[in-house]
Amino acid sequence: MKLYFRYLSMLLKSQMQYKASFFMMVVGQFLVSFTTFLGMWFMFDRIQSVDGFTFSEVLLCFALMLLAFSATECFARGFDRFPALIRSGELDRILVRPRGVIFQVLTANVEFSRMGRFAQAILVLAYAIPTSGIVWTGDKILTLTLMFVGGLGVFTALFVLYAGISFFTIEGLEFMNIFTDGSREFGRYPLSIYGEGVLKFLTYVIPVALFQYYPLLYLTGRSQNQGLIFLPVLGMLFLIPCYLFFRFGLRKYQSTGS
Amino acid sequence: MRKYLSFFRIRFLAGLQYRAAAWAGIATQFAWGGMSILMYRAFYQSGQSAFPMEFSQLSSYIWMQQAFLAMFMVWFYDNEIFDHITSGSIAYELCRPCDLYSMWFVKNMAIRLSRVVLRCAPILLVAALLPAPYGVTLPASLEAALLFPISMLLGFLVMVAFSMLVYISAFYTISPNGVRILVTSVLEFLAGGVLPIPFFPDWLRPVMYALPFASMQNTPYLIYVGHFAAGDALGGMVMQLFWVIALVLMGKGWMNRALKKVVVQGG
Repeated sequence: MKLYFRYLSMLLKSQMQYKASFFMMVVGQFLVSFTTFLGMWFMFDRIQSVDGFTFSEVLLCFALMLLAFSATECFARGFDRFPALIRSGELDRILVRPRGVIFQVLTANVEFSRMGRFAQAILVLAYAIPTSGIVWTGDKILTLTLMFVGGLGVFTALFVLYAGISFFTIEGLEFMNIFTDGSREFGRYPLSIYGEGVLKFLTYVIPVALFQYYPLLYLTGRSQNQGLIFLPVLGMLFLIPCYLFFRFGLRKYQSTGS
Repeated sequence: MRKYLSFFRIRFLAGLQYRAAAWAGIATQFAWGGMSILMYRAFYQSGQSAFPMEFSQLSSYIWMQQAFLAMFMVWFYDNEIFDHITSGSIAYELCRPCDLYSMWFVKNMAIRLSRVVLRCAPILLVAALLPAPYGVTLPASLEAALLFPISMLLGFLVMVAFSMLVYISAFYTISPNGVRILVTSVLEFLAGGVLPIPFFPDWLRPVMYALPFASMQNTPYLIYVGHFAAGDALGGMVMQLFWVIALVLMGKGWMNRALKKVVVQGG
């Protein structure tokens, strides 16, 4: 753990070397999700609600998704560069070091500029929490917290899966974007609006709905079933198959040489 | 001219080699387009009349956007060019007996086009087979069919001419990542990539049409789906032509200034 913080402070220092560029990145990250927010606002300018959800409720969804995604991306960014590690043969160097692979990948790159997105999510959340009309009792707060934690789990699992697939194909990886970036982009609305089929897929195959749609039903008072609060925890089990897949890939791994 | 053509050919053929990546890209873009359409469907179900386009028009717009994504994607840059600038190997580029601006311009066009060539046909084909309001339709009229390719070309030139400005900015900033992400996010939004421009509120639209970004993907697609009346379409294309010329002149001028001052680092 101590080593992890050593790595963190090192990365922070190195990223702060190009100060202007760093701050532009933070602002840029902020703007990326801000334009998404504006897009949603302009749509809701024309109508009251979508699929029965009001703007504030949708914003709650959007903020939560962004919060979980940006936090994951900030710390698990190393997985994004995993294909490059394989291609360059850098992975061999990682394998001979006396620390776990996952640990080293996690510390290889922490993207602090993602804080721009994170800040945005906090701002939107601060707006949505009072305006959503939800009475914030203990169980609701617990629901929101678990949604965030569940989101962290599922997104981390997706990044691990991404790295795992890169053991087998590097070129085909673009398809994974639909699950990672796609979840963030389309998860800004309650997942039921995309219809039954999509919702089922996102429940049973990629469990994004487990930390987004179902707990949201409880949060907004659409359902009284208290079991929904704990569904995000169930979603986190997705980490297990993804991690096993990564191990499987690692065992098959043959160096590219050079 | 011949040498630029061969630069174009080399880059174009190199781009065609990534076929597995193209299939993955096609699948991704198809899923992306489908999800967007489902999303808008939910909005349209909540109130048809509130929106400026018919749903079938919007579907066509989205499929066109996905099919020709590589032509107009704002986050895509040729990293080789940035590397030339930051690593100093720009010196070799300068030794070549040709105009740097034109060379980079042509290379950029070639990479983007090679990606589109691989990807657009399968996407359009499948999208054309989808049932009525969800698929891509034929051009709205004969006129639209005639104007669309020209407007597409102009929009493409505006896009590449603008991205040249971002490359040139790297002469000044050295670490181009910051500028890139800043430009990308704003441009994507103003070009109608996040939300088609007709969906923007009335007070904002005039501003957007006055900027070069509306002349990129927005004009050709709106012509295609028949959102523009004949007069508006021609007006939009005149705007496109104006921006191509203006941006190219700006880029060339700026590059010449930058090259006068360029300091090649290291040896």
